[in-house]
Amino acid sequence: MNPRLLRWLLPIVFAALLLAGWQALHYSLEPSRRFLLPDLPRIAGAFQDHGPALLHATRYTALTALGGFALAAFVAVGSSLLLASSPLLRITLYPYLMALQMVPVIIIAPILILWVGPGAPSVIIVTFLISFFPLVVNTTQGLLSVDRAQVDLFRMGRASRFQELFLLRTPAALPYFFTGLRISAILAPIGALTADYLVGSTTGGKSGLGITALLFSSRNEIPALYATALLGAALGFILVSAVTALAWLALHHWHDSYAPGDSDK
Amino acid sequence: MQAPHPVPPPLIQLRALAKRFGPDGPPVLAPLDLDIRAGEFVSILGPSGCGKSTLLRLLSGLAEPSSGTLSVGGHAPGGSDDLAYVFQDPTLLPWLNVSANVETLLRLRHTPAAELARRRDAALELVGLATRARAYPRQLSGGQKMRVSLARALALEPRVLLLDEPFGALDEMTRDRLGEELLAIHARQRWTALFVTHSVAEAVFLSTRVIILAAQPGRIAHDLAIDLPYPRNHDIRRDPAYLRLVAEVSARLRALDIESGMGILPMIQPRGMGVPPMIPTPQPPAP
Repeated sequence: MNPRLLRWLLPIVFAALLLAGWQALHYSLEPSRRFLLPDLPRIAGAFQDHGPALLHATRYTALTALGGFALAAFVAVGSSLLLASSPLLRITLYPYLMALQMVPVIIIAPILILWVGPGAPSVIIVTFLISFFPLVVNTTQGLLSVDRAQVDLFRMGRASRFQELFLLRTPAALPYFFTGLRISAILAPIGALTADYLVGSTTGGKSGLGITALLFSSRNEIPALYATALLGAALGFILVSAVTALAWLALHHWHDSYAPGDSDK
Repeated sequence: MQAPHPVPPPLIQLRALAKRFGPDGPPVLAPLDLDIRAGEFVSILGPSGCGKSTLLRLLSGLAEPSSGTLSVGGHAPGGSDDLAYVFQDPTLLPWLNVSANVETLLRLRHTPAAELARRRDAALELVGLATRARAYPRQLSGGQKMRVSLARALALEPRVLLLDEPFGALDEMTRDRLGEELLAIHARQRWTALFVTHSVAEAVFLSTRVIILAAQPGRIAHDLAIDLPYPRNHDIRRDPAYLRLVAEVSARLRALDIESGMGILPMIQPRGMGVPPMIPTPQPPAP
């Protein structure tokens, strides 16, 4: 069979099986417990019933996720360049960058609300905190793992430190950067959703999927909760796909792991 | 060509050049005196640990001597544009295509665009890769990558080319062919070559002069003129004079290995195969 057709067909067949399995599971439960696993038409109905609210919340979470993610990428690239160019800075700052990742978001959430108030800025800060670490670690690692002989080549060519950093280390770090970016792209929507749940604003329709989920759960609207979860997952999927496409654009012509067809051999 | 100057000054001069790693470390290179004249093709052979690569790194300015002096065309090597280096690995930048790789070192020097293009095209032409200018390194064979690496060095239009086992990782056919092409380019451009290698046959085939280093510490054990006529091509590999020279250099290298206790067991050395006498090239007296 045509492998390209197979690549499309298999996931679709699998999705159909999954949905059928879901329905079967729903009807295998006692009628009194079926609300835990609502049947598919009711979940679809929830999308319809809460359409505008869900759309609004999804857009809000998408924007805050993107904001925190972009901020993390921007700051991570800057700090990685600094860290890579000075061993002293690296020794001094690295433990604290690590500590940044260890900060329990649940505990700083109330502090954050006191500082900047509930709403988008808090959500973006939490998203930033969650998605920053993999980016900075991978990018710094990339900037430092340049082939020794390539560094010698540049030294021999009497390259300035600036030339070495931007013409050698930066392109060499790109695959590492994209690895970090992909991990962060998974973390950012989850982060934005969780942050919204913790520090989101409940007033004036400025709430994302986290607050929406909180609302649905307080009203016991189980199908709507499933719908919210699906939307959150879709956001993550879209962001990761976009980053993967970007990585392919930047790397496919030279990096083996993105080269066409190589992984199928 | 003009008649050579009666006493051409040596292009490369080493005087009591020594290197040790760390102030108390064992000496890697003992005080070394060496003169190399412009246009010579000098191969350096020796057991591992004899400091062959260290010598090249000192000449290129990548490493500093512990004592003694060296000069290339009258300059300290670190400050001279006269040198180009070809590494053991092709050391190409995988994110650049062939022509951008050849340009790399010229760009570091801010070479003007027209000059850059001229030198790049000439270098690619020399190594026979003009048609592959837009390919990326991952699309090239090992031999082609090494040609690009060579082109990158040649684009600098150096007076001295330092080559650190450049063909070591290639198969024998490719290695031989690249050696032949390197000689053809040398015949046209007449740079001075210092070629570190493990292959005796390669050293004899290419060189006007073969230097054998002894190890611990690195020092010149033999300095031999290879007076086979140029141009040399593939046929010379069957020439009795060439084969005799290869056997002689091998025997000297092996004797050295045994002497230092690092080589094969002495008992399997064939009897009656002593080192034949050879006339070493005259060395200028140390100042």
